[in-house]
Amino acid sequence: MSVVLETRGLTKAFGGLVAVNDVSFKLQKGELLALIGPNGAGKSTCFNMLMGQLKPTGGRVFLMGEDITGKSPRDIWRRGVGRTFQITATYASMTVIENVQMALLSHNRQVFRALPFAHRMHRARALELLGMVGMEAQAERHCAVLAYGDLKRLELAIALAHEPTLLLMDEPTAGMAPRERIALMQLTADIVRDQGVSVLFTEHDMDVVFAHAHRIMVLNRGELIADGSVDQIRNDPRVQEVYLGGGTVFKSEDEAADA
Amino acid sequence: MGLFIAQLLTGLANAGALFMVASGLSLIFGVTRIVNFAHGSFYMLGAYIGYTLMQVLPGAVGFWGAILLAGIAVGVIGMLVEILVLRPIYRAPELFQLVATFGVILVVQDLALMVWGPDDLLGPRAPGLRGVVRIMGEPIPKYDIALLVITPFVALALWYLITKTRVGILVRAATQDREMVGALGVNQAWLFTGVFALGCALAGLGGALQLPKGGADLLMDFNILTAVFVVVVIGGMGSLPGAYLAAVIISVLNVFGVTYLPQSTLVLMFVVMVLVLMVRPYGLFGREEVAGEHGQVGEPERPIKPAGLQVRLLVAAGVAALAALPLFGSNFTQVLATDILIFCLFAASLHFLLGLGGMVSFGHAAYFGGGAYVAALLVTHADTPMELAFLLAPIGAGMAAIIIGWICLRLTGVYFAMLTLAFAQLLWSLVFQWGEVTGGDDGLLSIWPAPWLSGTTAYYYFALVLSVGGILFLRHVAHSPFGYALRAARDSERQAEATGIDTRRVRMFAFAFAGMMAGLAGGLFVFSKGSIFPNELEITRSFDALIVVFLGGVKTLSGGIVGGAFFKGVEDMLTRYEYWRLAMGLLIIFVVIVAPDGIVGTLRKLAERAGLLRRAEDET
Repeated sequence: MSVVLETRGLTKAFGGLVAVNDVSFKLQKGELLALIGPNGAGKSTCFNMLMGQLKPTGGRVFLMGEDITGKSPRDIWRRGVGRTFQITATYASMTVIENVQMALLSHNRQVFRALPFAHRMHRARALELLGMVGMEAQAERHCAVLAYGDLKRLELAIALAHEPTLLLMDEPTAGMAPRERIALMQLTADIVRDQGVSVLFTEHDMDVVFAHAHRIMVLNRGELIADGSVDQIRNDPRVQEVYLGGGTVFKSEDEAADA
Repeated sequence: MGLFIAQLLTGLANAGALFMVASGLSLIFGVTRIVNFAHGSFYMLGAYIGYTLMQVLPGAVGFWGAILLAGIAVGVIGMLVEILVLRPIYRAPELFQLVATFGVILVVQDLALMVWGPDDLLGPRAPGLRGVVRIMGEPIPKYDIALLVITPFVALALWYLITKTRVGILVRAATQDREMVGALGVNQAWLFTGVFALGCALAGLGGALQLPKGGADLLMDFNILTAVFVVVVIGGMGSLPGAYLAAVIISVLNVFGVTYLPQSTLVLMFVVMVLVLMVRPYGLFGREEVAGEHGQVGEPERPIKPAGLQVRLLVAAGVAALAALPLFGSNFTQVLATDILIFCLFAASLHFLLGLGGMVSFGHAAYFGGGAYVAALLVTHADTPMELAFLLAPIGAGMAAIIIGWICLRLTGVYFAMLTLAFAQLLWSLVFQWGEVTGGDDGLLSIWPAPWLSGTTAYYYFALVLSVGGILFLRHVAHSPFGYALRAARDSERQAEATGIDTRRVRMFAFAFAGMMAGLAGGLFVFSKGSIFPNELEITRSFDALIVVFLGGVKTLSGGIVGGAFFKGVEDMLTRYEYWRLAMGLLIIFVVIVAPDGIVGTLRKLAERAGLLRRAEDET
């Protein structure tokens, strides 16, 4: 297997507060890797450094072996990294399909064309992408009136527009109903399987994580305290300590029923 | 040395009124998010009311009492304005309220003219403070010394009110998060009214206090407005110490400027502002404006679609009707129509920037007037043929827009707006004061079109083709990938940047493009009039365009053109009457209140309600 993403000693300090401290990990091709941790553990900071929104104070980030530390979000996106946001970011004044078309226009470097009609460009491909996330039927709807779950799916379609090798998803299911959460993660898992995309995601919902992640990393107070398979993490005493009081979360449903 | 100190003291004394007006504006903006264009008018009212009261009230007590009462009276007027004009439109799209305050400016101007007449009023001297004091041999008016003492006292009182009292806590809380303050059970409506009244009272106080120095005249409102904007921006929006420091810097600079560099006084202030903002983008004491994605007020914009067959036919019919105008219209009608067409193009160029790009430029006249002056200067000084000069007008304006945009686009929101205004004023003052080249206040004359365009009808067709062509091109670009990118950058910069769109570059191009189109309008304008004067670069011209775009509807594609045609048409009809500003102002306020979505936006809603247009899904 080839390594898609690697960090070495990634560190971010905000003044005296070290939000992310010496984090090193590797993400293999086709892997669905979860980054979990309590509030304030440094997950989002970590993410923003990977995607270029924040510059690390120390350490390096490699994408397919290439050093991308401190590159701009635009640059990193061009190298084949897609992302979705914790709080959805879409173009509210456009229709669903136009949102996707915009990403396709950017991917094809047609942003500065002022003469052709944009609504005719890349329609078929945009519809295909919307089909992938099950939003085809809503293609012509106004983005501002979508339900939150649909916005999340739209964001996913946008993130897939440039056929990324790596997808970074910051709390992809935050703010969604339980049924929608499972559906969205199932969708993501399918995409990983079908397209060979690698995914790194952060998540609060342990059910989602344990059900879908191939591997889990646990971040606490900026430090990586565990990295392993679902079972390893479930039984790791240090991880349980971090999630004090949430004991049942770490047992499978059968065990929880027995207790 | 003595002269130096004397000037320093004069500068400090002058800072008083400026600080009061600026802190009022800053307070109002902080809490209500209204950029109160009418703030200069309240300052002017303060001076006039103070003057009248001083005629009635005797002696020293009367003098100081009159100043205090003038402040209170203006505060009450401000309160009425807030309740009657602004309160009905708080839910309108952001910045829409400034249109209403612009209406207030016009109304106040004419009311002041009616009540106090057109002549400048000489302010009475303060009783007991008529003479001068000599400091190191230099005479300093006693009243200046009094102001020196009073201003810090007012500043301290204000500072105490804001930082130490319960009202102050509410005000500061509202500055940071209006919604939260509302959720905690504070009556926002009265908080807004109170702050607005306080801000206006401060402006009135400033106006009355400077009476013995500057008197009262009808140009005070705009004259102080630019200075106040500069002070607020240099000091940092919402910062009292910042406003004080900035007022002192500007006033002192002005006094020294008059002595040592008299030809540069107007420019100096803006140069300082630009320098400060280059180093500290949010002013000396300001904090970053958290604008955009979460601060949106009002409904989101609707998706736009290229015109369908029906609309195209309608446009074609409209253009055909315009083309047939010379067949039945008089010479005068054609001149009027030319004016309107040019103005519509100008408004459409600003609408492109404002509506699609979300970039609120307060200084769009820089490119309109800039283009006009480029052509006029070429004709006057280089005997350039009209065709070439006309071609170079948009190019010159576009280049100015590139330079100005490059600096301004480092900022967003209201800081961006103020900086664009500063540059427009900078350009204006350059033209105004560089008389040898630009003709200064006398303007440049005999800028006539080439012989083949010299007839009214010929020029009308020329203007028709280029204005309509320009407007259609602007609209077309809105539907192109570039137009999409511009809207994407406005809707969510985060997503746009994360999908490879260089939002700064997109905005830069849009700014230059809008500047070029405004320059085209300017080129058309100068050859239609045969002359150009500095007032085409003035703040009022920028405001005209801004008002028109909002009045027509920012969130609709045709808002700029419809607003432009409406505004210019009405203005041309009204200017024949003596008190046309009053009528115009009242009309603007009326439109603002009955049509908070702009003319086009509101008509669209009405049509949807009546079932004439298909209602947008899920939106009621």
